[in-house]
Amino acid sequence: MLKAEEAELARRLLGGDEAAFEPFMEHFRRKIFHHTILMCGNREDAEEVAQEAMLKVFGKLDQLHDPEQVRPWVFRIARNECLMKRRKSVFAPQRELSLEEFRPAREEGENGPRIEIADWTDVPGDALLREELRSQIGQAIGELPETYRAVVLMRDVEELTTEETARVLEISTDLVKQRLHRGRLALRKSLDEYLRIAGRG
Amino acid sequence: MAHDHTKCGDVFALLSEYLDVELPPEACEQIREHVEGCAPCVEFAESLKRTVELCKEYEPETMPKPVSAAAKAELMAAWRKTSGRV
Repeated sequence: MLKAEEAELARRLLGGDEAAFEPFMEHFRRKIFHHTILMCGNREDAEEVAQEAMLKVFGKLDQLHDPEQVRPWVFRIARNECLMKRRKSVFAPQRELSLEEFRPAREEGENGPRIEIADWTDVPGDALLREELRSQIGQAIGELPETYRAVVLMRDVEELTTEETARVLEISTDLVKQRLHRGRLALRKSLDEYLRIAGRG
Repeated sequence: MAHDHTKCGDVFALLSEYLDVELPPEACEQIREHVEGCAPCVEFAESLKRTVELCKEYEPETMPKPVSAAAKAELMAAWRKTSGRV
């Protein structure tokens, strides 16, 4: 669902239109579930967070001042619920990702330097390969350290802007950009390794 | 003039901001100029761009269980309460 369609549903709900309740609830419940399953890694927690977050969403809907901002607003609530849930479980130590670990190896070729990466040229046109990579990327996102995973999910999966992501995660826009780049580089590397194993190196 | 590969490191560090068009115009132009003449940077930038596209297309395989009648009633009650429709 596009952000504009979400905003329209939010506007109708704010205006008291009951017909907007079901599509809004189903849509965001699914979104929160998918986000939480990637953040918590566990289906039961994700179901619970989705219900708790949706209760807060409906319970505070009168505080949504700008329907256009409904997606970041909902995700801010969902993120808090997700954090509450995590507090009850064991925290894994956070690993920092450095740029250096993702710089591809270079070697001097006859026509200048070349980098050692897989062949990505078929990725846009090969539907089957894209399907494989899409499932691979879900696993790779799940393996990112949590701080990077949160940013990648907000920016590239939910397509929030840098500013919206900064507000949801309560960090600076510079930190959003830094974590996004390193998170993307980690995902790229993971897909690159997959492509090489698939014989496209 | 020979292509300056010492700039590849700068491009590598700023590539996401470049792809997201979040750099100041001058820095953006400098990177564009470099990348145009640099095969390794083009190749790397393409692979990063494809990675971002795949993230945007990502659809999880696991779906939530259908919402129960009781859970739905609870959500509806919360909405009615805030919208003053109790």
